Amino acid sequence: MTGDISTARGGDRPLLSVQQLQKIYPTSAGPVEAVRDLTFDLHAGEFVCLVGPSGSGKTTLLKCISGLMAPTSGRVLVDGQLVDGPPRNMALVFQEYGRSLYPWLRVQANVELPLRAAGVPKAERAERVTEALEAVGLDHVPQSYPWQLSGGMQQRVAIARAVAYRPEVLLMDEPFAAVDAQTRADLEDLVRSVWRKLGLTVLFVTHDIDESVYLGERVVVLSSSPTIVQEDLSIDLPRDRDQLETRSLPRFVELRHHVYEQIQRAKRGFNADAAAPTV
Amino acid sequence: MRAGRSLAAALALPLLLIAVWWVTTLDNTNPFVPKPGRLVDDFVEVWLGSLLWDQVVPSLTRLAIGLVSAIVGGIALGVVIGSNRIVRKLVSPLLEFIRAVPPPVLLPVLLLLLGIDDSSKVFLIALGCLWPILLNTVDGVRSVDEVLSDTTRTYGITGWDRMRFFVLPAALPRIATGIRLALPISIILMVVSEMYAVTGGGLGSQIILFQRTFQNGPMWAGILVLGLLGVALAFLFRVFERSMLGWYHGQREAEFSDR
Repeated sequence: MTGDISTARGGDRPLLSVQQLQKIYPTSAGPVEAVRDLTFDLHAGEFVCLVGPSGSGKTTLLKCISGLMAPTSGRVLVDGQLVDGPPRNMALVFQEYGRSLYPWLRVQANVELPLRAAGVPKAERAERVTEALEAVGLDHVPQSYPWQLSGGMQQRVAIARAVAYRPEVLLMDEPFAAVDAQTRADLEDLVRSVWRKLGLTVLFVTHDIDESVYLGERVVVLSSSPTIVQEDLSIDLPRDRDQLETRSLPRFVELRHHVYEQIQRAKRGFNADAAAPTV
Repeated sequence: MRAGRSLAAALALPLLLIAVWWVTTLDNTNPFVPKPGRLVDDFVEVWLGSLLWDQVVPSLTRLAIGLVSAIVGGIALGVVIGSNRIVRKLVSPLLEFIRAVPPPVLLPVLLLLLGIDDSSKVFLIALGCLWPILLNTVDGVRSVDEVLSDTTRTYGITGWDRMRFFVLPAALPRIATGIRLALPISIILMVVSEMYAVTGGGLGSQIILFQRTFQNGPMWAGILVLGLLGVALAFLFRVFERSMLGWYHGQREAEFSDR
């Protein structure tokens, strides 16, 4: 699967649809509203970044989308199906790469396990694992244990595992927040290239404004908690992105500026609720 | 080379102590004081002869059956209790109570209920070894990493697959701790039960018999057999741990060197 995927599927029905999502946590100090009212759609082949101030309920939102947590009200649809548990056609890459890989399994077995549990035949499994490890540039370490690898490489393994699973929607929860800046740039380009090569639909959550503008075709700006969609912004940058050139384009600077202002507004606008616990 | 060096380190102190023992008992004529040379002779003559089959093998069989039952039962029960909050709340007080009762005290009861043959001895060993394994398994299952648990869920890994690929390996370091604690308990309970109910032979009953008939040399040699048994169990455990938990020690080393 190569080429321009975003138009290949066509159709008007969104692949992922978040509708009036609300999440209230009961706590000993009374209920805390983490997410107030979120509505947005993702179409097949899109790369959408969700950006918001820290503590804006991003992780809560992702947990609701991935079916790990039930929303208080509202709903999430994937391919028209209501999400009430982890859906088969979705994969989630966590920020904590060190805690999301199985330390007792070698790299290859880590990537293979979800396929094995899904009943994929052995020969096909081996093929998909090799392919995925090649796609993230890790085909030379299949027999290493995750903890023998650097942080950036571990996150690549997690990405390879998600890719080998062949999800329709790939969710990423601040995946590069815990790696150093240089590794981060490499991983950003890696995710863009994997997205284009494999025609995935990516929902990428981040608190980094630069990252959201650099990676996304669309940026959804969230407010502070209790969260609503503050702005849904289309990123009209060239599809081929380059760490140096794209970031020095006047348009990139404009967009970045704009998103930054939105985030600042979000922080000011919800000052009254700033005391709400970070979720 | 490295193996040789670690073997030398392990044997250095014991050899030194034996040398001191040998020197200080050289001129001793007290029949109750054991001597190294005499002890080795007794060990070879008495325990490596017909006693090996008649007394040592029955003991080892009980030990093995009791220990294996405790491991299997402890892990199975521990997984059930550890992964279910309601079950945990229901059985916790009961577990605390039974655990507080010293196992040897149950021996008279068990003898009445199960008879004086092997089954009551095996049951006692299994019961005593169950607790450390059970409680550690419960803790191990409860403390599985939340992110890894979410990962497992999002990839649709459930049921038996979740158990064997995620929960059991994740709890294995704690389970191994429980087994290590159970090993000395198993030997103690084996000897105690055999000393108490002297039927069907066994190390414990034989040692008591030698003591009561003033055969001090063979008695001391029997204690040596028990010591060697402990060493052998510890060795087997290390072999198991190296093959099953290499990842765990490697990961901890990696984390440590990061800091």
